[in-house]
Amino acid sequence: MSSRRREAITFYLTISPWLIGFLAFTLVPMAISLYLSFTRWDLFGAPQWIGLENYARMASDPLFAQALKVTTIYTLVYVPMELVGGLSLALLVNQKVRGVGVFRTIFYLPSVLAGVAYVVLWMWIFNPQGGLLNTLLGAIGIQGPRWLIDPRWALPSLLLMTFWGWGRAMVLYLAGLQGVPPELYEAAEIDGAGTTAKFWHITLPMITPTILFALILSIIGTFQTFTSAFVATNGGPLDATLFYVLYIYRQAFQFFRMGYASALAWVLFVIILVLTLVLFRSGQFWVYYEGKRE
Amino acid sequence: MRQVAGIGGLGDTNKGASPNPLSPADGQTPSAGIGGLRETRRGASPNPLIPAKRLLIYGLLGAVAVIFLLPLFWMLSSSLKPEWQVLANPPVWLPNPPRWANYREALTYLPFGRYAVNTLIISLGAIVGHLLSCTIVAYGFARLRAPGKGFFFALLISTLMLPYPVTMVPLFVLFNRLGWIDTFLPLIVPAFFGNAFYIFLLRQFFLTLPPDLEDAARIDGANTLQVLRHVILPISTPALATVVIFTFQASWNDFLQPLIFLQDQSNYTLTLGLNFFRGSFQVNWAYLMAASLVVVLPVVIVFFLAQRLFIQGIAMTGIKG
Repeated sequence: MSSRRREAITFYLTISPWLIGFLAFTLVPMAISLYLSFTRWDLFGAPQWIGLENYARMASDPLFAQALKVTTIYTLVYVPMELVGGLSLALLVNQKVRGVGVFRTIFYLPSVLAGVAYVVLWMWIFNPQGGLLNTLLGAIGIQGPRWLIDPRWALPSLLLMTFWGWGRAMVLYLAGLQGVPPELYEAAEIDGAGTTAKFWHITLPMITPTILFALILSIIGTFQTFTSAFVATNGGPLDATLFYVLYIYRQAFQFFRMGYASALAWVLFVIILVLTLVLFRSGQFWVYYEGKRE
Repeated sequence: MRQVAGIGGLGDTNKGASPNPLSPADGQTPSAGIGGLRETRRGASPNPLIPAKRLLIYGLLGAVAVIFLLPLFWMLSSSLKPEWQVLANPPVWLPNPPRWANYREALTYLPFGRYAVNTLIISLGAIVGHLLSCTIVAYGFARLRAPGKGFFFALLISTLMLPYPVTMVPLFVLFNRLGWIDTFLPLIVPAFFGNAFYIFLLRQFFLTLPPDLEDAARIDGANTLQVLRHVILPISTPALATVVIFTFQASWNDFLQPLIFLQDQSNYTLTLGLNFFRGSFQVNWAYLMAASLVVVLPVVIVFFLAQRLFIQGIAMTGIKG
């Protein structure tokens, strides 16, 4: 056996754990999910083939529309907010001052608390009576809203509390900022460029690959928001925070409509896929790749 | 194993703590490796900061730090208040004397010790699984040549885009058939079959290692597993540690998967227990804050012990290339 052939066999042996896992836990489940999306099934008995009925049903399902609306609004606000917030924090902790490392740690710390505890803490902060936020607002003479309990304020509240997790985006952007060659700044300074000019003409173009990467991550993540909606508001009040994945969860594990839940999941998949591809493609118009100059 | 953690838009049902390596560039070139972030930009600027600007920077850093620390301080302060002080207006910032009994009462109201043991078993299982599987797979992708490798690597990366809900229902059905529902197996076993994010991370690291050492070992007749075990892994501790702490954090914070796969209360993880506690004990915020603090404490400790690895691990996937 030739050594190249042997190497190829070894390669497939080494990746076999992942390959088997991919088949068992991803590809086959995806195929089953696609099949189930054309059926009616409550986990008992055999799935009943109903063609496109599940998909047709979405058109007249007001809760599907609501879930899509809530998730879209959330994404449209969250993604730019995280971009600006994360980048601002990164610019701040990229300054050459003593002790800046301590601040990086402080800004990143809340990001490791992700999960139920993070949400429970913010529920307490948002609590209309005795909560931190309305206490602080009260101190400056503002009567705060009822946040998570108010249908108009519930979704903005869930958005507001995400700022505490900007540290993760900060670290991504910080890495991008530190990858900008200092020679570029030095050359610009010789040409008399000020701080603002340097930001718009050097920093921003140079980190566009990082921005694209962070945006894609952000969109894939926000469309799958679940924990905050499940724990803090359980989709309410009045379905004001009925996130898409929460709706899928309810259909699947509360109403046992496995077929409809699968159809909903596939629609989500297609949305994420299309958005990611569009964003990726749009990159050729605004992302600057240094290596592509030749 | 698909990690589920995070909140809001922070990769909720996705990869938990870890960002995806969907690099906008080609994703083939080794990134900066676990080199770490520098305190200052490479090559110090010739002109030092003028004092006024420095003052402004410290002012901004300080103000943001206060905003970021305030919720944590509030959490700690609330957890130590007697019930009558929790809702007091104006608020009591420093409960005096601190009521430490809140911790004992909150943690014994539900069997949090049991939940902690369950969570630990799941986390350790997932860590062992990832260490065994991801290193081998990553080594193959980093070093071995074979037809079809590019295709499988693209496939690996593309799985990071897949929303968990697409496979959630069939996986539930599968684990149900296997009799794994209400056991820890659905939360541990998949980890032994690799995780795309950690495979990518380790591959990037292996690519930065000089191949000379391996060549020498191979001339001496070592096979691939021996090379991996005796040559590669001993010099890969930072990358392996990154996988360990990310897996730990993601497993510890996971919510959706335990919610689906665990049912009996005695099998609850800490996050499920905390959520249950919130539902049954909505009024006493002091107890809730005490329990929340204890739940996040291990992750915070690990974060402080391995801070650099956390930050480097996230950063290394973000650097273009």
